[in-house]
Amino acid sequence: MKDHPLSNCEEKFVLAAIAENRRFDGRGVYIYRPIVILYGHDRGCCHVQIGCTRVLAQVSCEVIIPKQTRPNEGVLHMNVELSPMACPSFEAGKQSDYGVEVNRALERLLRDSLCIDLESLCIMSGEKVWQIRVDVHVLNHDGNLIDCSSIAAIAALSHFRRPDVTVSGEEVTIHPLDEKDAVPLSVNHIPLSVTFAFFDQGRTLLVDPTDQEERVMDGKMVVGINKHRELCMLHVSGKMLVLQDQVVRCVNIAAARVGEITDLIKDTLEKDNAARKSGKEFGFAKCLADVILGVDDLLKHYVDSMSVDTTSVGQTAKTVVDADGNRVQMEVDNAETGNVSIKVPGTGKMSTNTEGGAVTWCEGEESDSDVILLDKNDSTSSEVSSKQVSAVVELSDSEEESVLMTSQDLERTELSKSRAIETRENRGGRCRGKSFGGRNRGKRGRGNGQRYF
Amino acid sequence: MSCLKQSNLRGFACEQSCLTRSDGSATFNQGETTVLAAVYGPVEVKLSKEHVEKAAVDVIYKPKVGIPGCKEKATEQLIKSTCETVLLVALHPRTAVVIVLQEMQNTGSLLSCCINACCQALMDAGINMRCLVCAVTTTVDQEGHIILDPTSKQEEDGKAVLTFAFDSKTNGVIMTTTSGIYSSQEYQECLLSAQHASAKIFEFYRDSILKKLSRVS
Repeated sequence: MKDHPLSNCEEKFVLAAIAENRRFDGRGVYIYRPIVILYGHDRGCCHVQIGCTRVLAQVSCEVIIPKQTRPNEGVLHMNVELSPMACPSFEAGKQSDYGVEVNRALERLLRDSLCIDLESLCIMSGEKVWQIRVDVHVLNHDGNLIDCSSIAAIAALSHFRRPDVTVSGEEVTIHPLDEKDAVPLSVNHIPLSVTFAFFDQGRTLLVDPTDQEERVMDGKMVVGINKHRELCMLHVSGKMLVLQDQVVRCVNIAAARVGEITDLIKDTLEKDNAARKSGKEFGFAKCLADVILGVDDLLKHYVDSMSVDTTSVGQTAKTVVDADGNRVQMEVDNAETGNVSIKVPGTGKMSTNTEGGAVTWCEGEESDSDVILLDKNDSTSSEVSSKQVSAVVELSDSEEESVLMTSQDLERTELSKSRAIETRENRGGRCRGKSFGGRNRGKRGRGNGQRYF
Repeated sequence: MSCLKQSNLRGFACEQSCLTRSDGSATFNQGETTVLAAVYGPVEVKLSKEHVEKAAVDVIYKPKVGIPGCKEKATEQLIKSTCETVLLVALHPRTAVVIVLQEMQNTGSLLSCCINACCQALMDAGINMRCLVCAVTTTVDQEGHIILDPTSKQEEDGKAVLTFAFDSKTNGVIMTTTSGIYSSQEYQECLLSAQHASAKIFEFYRDSILKKLSRVS
């Protein structure tokens, strides 16, 4: 699908506003959009919302054979999915350039900064290690995707618990969750990214750009940093030059911001843990009931558990089954002997007996009629054979006379050849009308259209 | 004769227009099971998918973990055929209606939650529909008892899982999919109890729309 392009006047308007230190959504230049972090019912599931940008991250683990070059290290795999849900121009199952950019930025931020202790994921050197997979699904794209994804990914990793493992000699036991408490990953530090958008050849900068601002910006700089002011990543893209003191300034702003976000992540994690321990409700369902930013309450609706009156169900079902009893019995009988003979040259014959067999071509010695006929013992519709019959599409030489015989038609044919041919002709006529009706209508429609012009 | 063990639906919740970029969107909760659905349509269609007489319905289902595989494709196909039945596709020839579903939390009855989320999102997008659709999942447990709207544990322990989709006009069956072994008596019981439950879900739909439109009046 194509996305709506940003018109020239919109672009000019946004740029003019930025030149006056104003923003389209009323924020100041250094004001961030509010962040909401929610955790799912499953461990390692995190949903982050920055303004209208929404990202869902899920962490999962798997035991694999390690790389030969690093036999005692686990693997951290990042996968960013830009779903068409987020933006119409994103395509499902196809990684775009932008997708690669976001994926690579997250890999550099999380894997290359060694925030997860990979050696602790080793079960048996050279044979078994844990692979931690982070799936980041973008649900709604309204700018600043990298920041949102990085918060979701690291929060999900901190939230995740992997099953406990015991190694005795050569034997490895992975304990299911109900047997032994799962263990958290060892997170060394929490790296986060902060994005800056540049305008006017790097002279003006904005924090936390929206999608509209990202479309008109000259370029952006993403600073990956943790709250100990350790720089983990620096990513610059776009057509612009960045001044040296501009970089230093951005890093200082980012360092201050990262402290706030780290506290928010820790705070929400603690709350979630407390809710889990005390047996309170947790997960998205509960959050939906709470007020989420920027969402109108009228658009939400919920009901508590509903009871369904099903007192008469057992009895009614019994009557239905009893009424069907005879027919059901017959179907079972016929299923054994279902057989179709095809009496036309050049038609495919599908095996209809229960043993199966090859699909063969009928050489057609019997008659010149163009009809599929059922054998006598099969005239009553049997479930199995009728399915197979309807799978046999009988095609004569010309396309217009193609006939699809369904089980109902076959019942109607009643083995009389002449009547059968009649049925075919009627049926064929109807088919013709049907299959070409659409096309004719199309043509006529277009004709009318031209006349109106 | 078997009897109903659990004749309760879990708590339901929905939220419409939760996304900004799509034409229609909805979050649907059944108990803890959460599905997010987004709808675009009618939009331009790829030439290979174009139909001259109707709109093509394209369903994309995204699992939470990993890349979509065979199972997800089968789910997409089921949802696609269900939606094609209720949508008035003939009104918009040479276009496409794209439905994107994201599993957010699965604690059982995922397929029915997907279809319900889908219907809510289609309503939100304002696409013409013949009728509404809702789905109910049932499970037959080892003793032959029927459980409505099962949790994942109940689905695993049961001997069969049956999902039905109903239309709002005649309350007839639009789609049915089953796995496991069950008798015809059990099938009929599941069908009838699901049908009873569908009335409750349509009531829920109605209330949510009334609430949404209450500001207009």
